[in-house]
Amino acid sequence: MMKNIIPENPPFKLLNILYKKEFILFMVLFFIIIINSNVTPYFLDLYNLIDSTFIFSEKAIIALSMTFVIIARQIDLSVASIIAVSSCVLGYTTSIGLDTYLVITFTLLSGMMCGAFNGFIITRFAIPSIIVTIGTMSLFRGLAYSFLEDQYYNKFPKFVVSLGSDYLFGYIPYAFLTFIVLSIIFAFILHKTIIGKRIFSIGNNPESAQYTGIEVDKYTFVLFTLNGLFSAIAAIFLSGRLSSVRPNIAFGWELEIITMVVLGGVYIYGGSGSILGVVISIFILGMLSFGLGLLNVPGVGIIIFTGLLLILSIGFPSFIKYFRSQNE
Amino acid sequence: MIKLLKNRDFILFSIIIFGVILIGFANPFFVKPSSLSDVLTDTSILIILALSQMVVILIRAIDLSVASNLALSGMLISLLSTVYPELPVIFFILLSCLIGTFLGILNGVSIAILKVPFIVTTLGTLSIYRGLIYFVSDGKQVYSHEFSESFLALIHYKFLSLSFLFWVAIAVFIVMYFFLNHTRFGRNLYALGGNPEAAKYIGINENKYIILAYSISGFFAGLCGYLWVARYSVASTQIAIGFELTVISACVVGGISVMGGVGTVVGCTLGALLIGLIRNALPAVDISQFWQLAISGAIILIAIIINTKTEQRKDKTIMVE
Repeated sequence: MMKNIIPENPPFKLLNILYKKEFILFMVLFFIIIINSNVTPYFLDLYNLIDSTFIFSEKAIIALSMTFVIIARQIDLSVASIIAVSSCVLGYTTSIGLDTYLVITFTLLSGMMCGAFNGFIITRFAIPSIIVTIGTMSLFRGLAYSFLEDQYYNKFPKFVVSLGSDYLFGYIPYAFLTFIVLSIIFAFILHKTIIGKRIFSIGNNPESAQYTGIEVDKYTFVLFTLNGLFSAIAAIFLSGRLSSVRPNIAFGWELEIITMVVLGGVYIYGGSGSILGVVISIFILGMLSFGLGLLNVPGVGIIIFTGLLLILSIGFPSFIKYFRSQNE
Repeated sequence: MIKLLKNRDFILFSIIIFGVILIGFANPFFVKPSSLSDVLTDTSILIILALSQMVVILIRAIDLSVASNLALSGMLISLLSTVYPELPVIFFILLSCLIGTFLGILNGVSIAILKVPFIVTTLGTLSIYRGLIYFVSDGKQVYSHEFSESFLALIHYKFLSLSFLFWVAIAVFIVMYFFLNHTRFGRNLYALGGNPEAAKYIGINENKYIILAYSISGFFAGLCGYLWVARYSVASTQIAIGFELTVISACVVGGISVMGGVGTVVGCTLGALLIGLIRNALPAVDISQFWQLAISGAIILIAIIINTKTEQRKDKTIMVE
């Protein structure tokens, strides 16, 4: 993997001392599972565990493409709003009686178009993606609101509903299966192909990447389009599972998805990270909220815990370093 | 450059005046002095928060936690006021500011000392502070009858037919104008945002100013915590949810560059006024409230595209440290 060469913000030292971020993440996951299975007997039930994947599979799918976006030194805050737009398209195309394959095509297209719109504004006008996607976050969500107003959709094609709520061979939920397959493909692309190498070098230094002949703008545009497409895929699973679409669907998910990615060791200023780390961190957050849920901890406790975990996972190593430098 | 910026503020001002006249033709009731004064009252909190957010944006950062900070400080003083209704209102205001400042300093320390990037920190505290509101309040609301009379009375005080809220906004405007233009701290913030490397060489302590900027942002979020709760006479877990984006869009529309070091107090205030005008005018010209979010999103995008075109500083991005 490429070395991070951003001079002023070296990535977390302590984790480097303990050699592998993924190893630490895995230990954390292991402890969470041990603790959870000790405090509640319902945790290690196979059916419970399988069903617990429903709460994070859709977010996890977006987290994969978000990993690419963040490694390329960009960020996308509009994903949850794209879900709202795509879900509306899904509901609308069903309501006017289109065939299932057309419904799905239009839904995916709508997501891609939203993502491409982000990518276009960011690359064409050279505006930081955080600001553009703050804008499109309101714009897309607003479009969903102005289209649906206070109505909702609750009719979807049978195929979509079964995608959202059924299991392959009666065991593996389709959303979870999709996530696993996609994460293998994404790990391969990111770590084993020239495309992945280029995304890392764009994240490390966009200007020098440009000079070595990488079309940075083209990559950025494609990554945002991909993020839009994945949001649409998540929208299909989510609408199928909930069987009801309101404009406020998936509200606040962008933060949870970014938390998944950053907790997985992806450097927020781009240039380093791995799919394995992200996958483990997805399981950490998933198992954590599942376990806390079994213990009747309200969702709020999980929100606070996630926020703390996010800050501490990055802040703790620098904290140690700061103390050492004070003592010297 | 200065001429251009002055120009920009003037253009923004003209747009606002022109907008008011245009809306006046569509709905004459809107341009009555009393309803215009209502618009100003309604925009005051936005002005205060935009001016404090501007300080953070000047040093190339963003504070996404302001709305949660506001809601948490507001909830804490509301709960306290139900237990100790006899305390004077000034105590609650100061306490709210203090809580806000403390939460802001936490952000600043995390960014400056722990070196957690500002997006991560303020995204994290956005959910932590919001979560703490549920924690302290058990998810319950504090309703208007539970507040003491003095707690709510101050906000309804009027002077020269303008509300107390707007006078606070004017005071904050004057303080910020003086602070950013005529004190060393203010000028150093501009220097730091304009070129962090050069600022370090002339002896500006970056960490100190990051913490300063976030504590200013927190202080005014705390102040607005009281103002918000007193104005709407209700404290709930949901207050001001998503308001941070409105605040940031007011700054962006006001010409504060997200690449740091560029922007004026006047421009920022006008940006907030324009956003406030649009929010208030849409119902007056019979546009469904459901369109509001989409329209403000579109306005942010248009404003940043115009900003970047006029700035001509395309080589810098916010992500480049």
